[in-house]
Amino acid sequence: MNLRATLRLAIQALVRNKARSLLTMLGIVIGVAAVIVTVAIGAGARVSVQQSIASLGSNLIVVQPGSVTQGGVRTGFGGASSLTPQDGLAIAQLPGVAAVSPIVSVRSQVVAGGNNWQTQITGVAPTYTFIKAWALASGRFLSESDVASIAKVAVLGQTVVTQLFPGGESPIGKTVIIKGSPFTVIGTMTVLGQSGMGQDQDDVVLVPYSSAMERLTGLTTVNLLMISAATAAQVNPVQSEVVSLLARRHRITPPQPYDFQVRNLQAFAQAASSTGTVMELLLAGVAAVSLLVGGIGIMNIMMVSVTERTREIGLRMAVGARARSILNQFLTESIVLSTIGGLIGVVVGVLGTILVALLAKWPTLIPPGWIFASVGFSAMVGIFFGYYPAQKAAHLSPIEALRFE
Amino acid sequence: MGGVVEVRNLRKIYPMGDDEVVALGGVDLSIERGEFIAVMGPSGSGKSTFMQIVGMLDRATSGSYSFEGRDVAALTDDERADIRSRRLGFVFQSYNLLPRTSALENVELPMVYAGVPEARRLDIALEKMDIVGIKSLADHMPNQMSGGQQQRIAIARSLVNDPALILADEPTGALDTKTSRDVMRIFSDLNATRDITIMLVTHEPDIAAFAKRIVTFRDGHILSDVPNVKRAA
Repeated sequence: MNLRATLRLAIQALVRNKARSLLTMLGIVIGVAAVIVTVAIGAGARVSVQQSIASLGSNLIVVQPGSVTQGGVRTGFGGASSLTPQDGLAIAQLPGVAAVSPIVSVRSQVVAGGNNWQTQITGVAPTYTFIKAWALASGRFLSESDVASIAKVAVLGQTVVTQLFPGGESPIGKTVIIKGSPFTVIGTMTVLGQSGMGQDQDDVVLVPYSSAMERLTGLTTVNLLMISAATAAQVNPVQSEVVSLLARRHRITPPQPYDFQVRNLQAFAQAASSTGTVMELLLAGVAAVSLLVGGIGIMNIMMVSVTERTREIGLRMAVGARARSILNQFLTESIVLSTIGGLIGVVVGVLGTILVALLAKWPTLIPPGWIFASVGFSAMVGIFFGYYPAQKAAHLSPIEALRFE
Repeated sequence: MGGVVEVRNLRKIYPMGDDEVVALGGVDLSIERGEFIAVMGPSGSGKSTFMQIVGMLDRATSGSYSFEGRDVAALTDDERADIRSRRLGFVFQSYNLLPRTSALENVELPMVYAGVPEARRLDIALEKMDIVGIKSLADHMPNQMSGGQQQRIAIARSLVNDPALILADEPTGALDTKTSRDVMRIFSDLNATRDITIMLVTHEPDIAAFAKRIVTFRDGHILSDVPNVKRAA
């Protein structure tokens, strides 16, 4: 008995029992479809988390002022006024640092013509676009000379553009009033979308940090220093360099607490991404259980089929089938059932995923590996759960099988 | 000597708890090429057990059995399956056709296991169906056919690999008298015109009457072994 003949026998037997074959397959179809849909949802969630982390900036290190104690009351981090733009310039000299930008934040009403809007005014350095991996949509970005001349220029995020210039006219060259000072709009940013925390990152007006300090906050200190390490591997060494540099500059000796705090987003990114992976595996695990149940369904039906066809098996043996041929026939039936079920399951799963993406508006992603894995796994289910019934059929005694009523 | 079956002191004992049942208690028999032999006896006489051992569906407890000169006791299960496939043909009381499978495919079945190429299978199957007069039923399903037609399909199936011996176990047991005689005439014809060796197992004297030689079993032994002088036709 060659493979082709065995395959034909198996398919003939399955076609002769269409209804039963289809019902048996259904278990595998549902199992595989469930695996694909859940994995697609899980992977989609993980990728969208990764994307929003990436949008926070690459290889980012953030320096915040530390806490201060005044009359026994401790402020939280950021309470101290300890970071200066000069700290930033010193950090920029460290090896492994690609860019540094001081960040000065203040919320304020912004007025343009007849429209006004309360938004985040952020004072930054020209390196900010690089650190945030954020591209300019039109015009130009802040320059070193804007910073040096404390220029009254501003670059608008897209949300601010739509709020202040609803008519669709170009805001470039227009004047916006921030805290009584007129700023000339020199550029607009592309859409960055929501941050990992759900904040609208486009609801912002970017100005030179020097201008923000001089005209908006009136302080000599900044809220944050954003540092971009040259490579991901350099994030941790740069972080410790920054700590010792700032400790020196702020003349802090060990028992004294630091008046600043340095953090990077890698731990956060890794945690978020591994949470996604765990979720994905958990979902796939649940779906795999349904695949397993489908497999047990196959075994159940194959057992019934062996009993029901005992006389047929006896006859096949009498006319010359070897035990191996009988084993192969039943095993092939089971594998064909589960593989066809698996393929149908892939189609149903992909359609289901598209439906979920369209109706629930969930991000989905079908990793191609999982398609092969689930079809392969369902074939394995066929072998595993088909073997016992096939073995049982092959070891029947021909006379007992022929006599079976 | 063209001996097809040579059986010497064949014994088959079934254990039954502490006791044992002797189904065959030392049987000697030879079947030559071209014979048409009827094995008779009441139920429990051992005739069916004898047929199953000769048909290699079961193994003897002791004694020797040689089939076309080969010692059957020394053969593996696979070798026995191959002999069943190529050298033996079976016809059963209940036809044992595959359900929901056309007459043609049923007839082709032994050739599938014997590895006959597909194109030749069709020619041979149609030729054998023509011999038993049911070529026109090739694409009928078993449940669309009468008992006599189904048994003819089974006979055609037993012929496809040109066996050395056809074993027919109560082939007319489920048929009425007229159909029984028709089926027995087919066996007679096959034996007379094509020199096919047939061993028939039956408990009905008027069916055994078609054979050339009648062997009667009782309690696991051969009671008589005589040529049939008054053959039916």
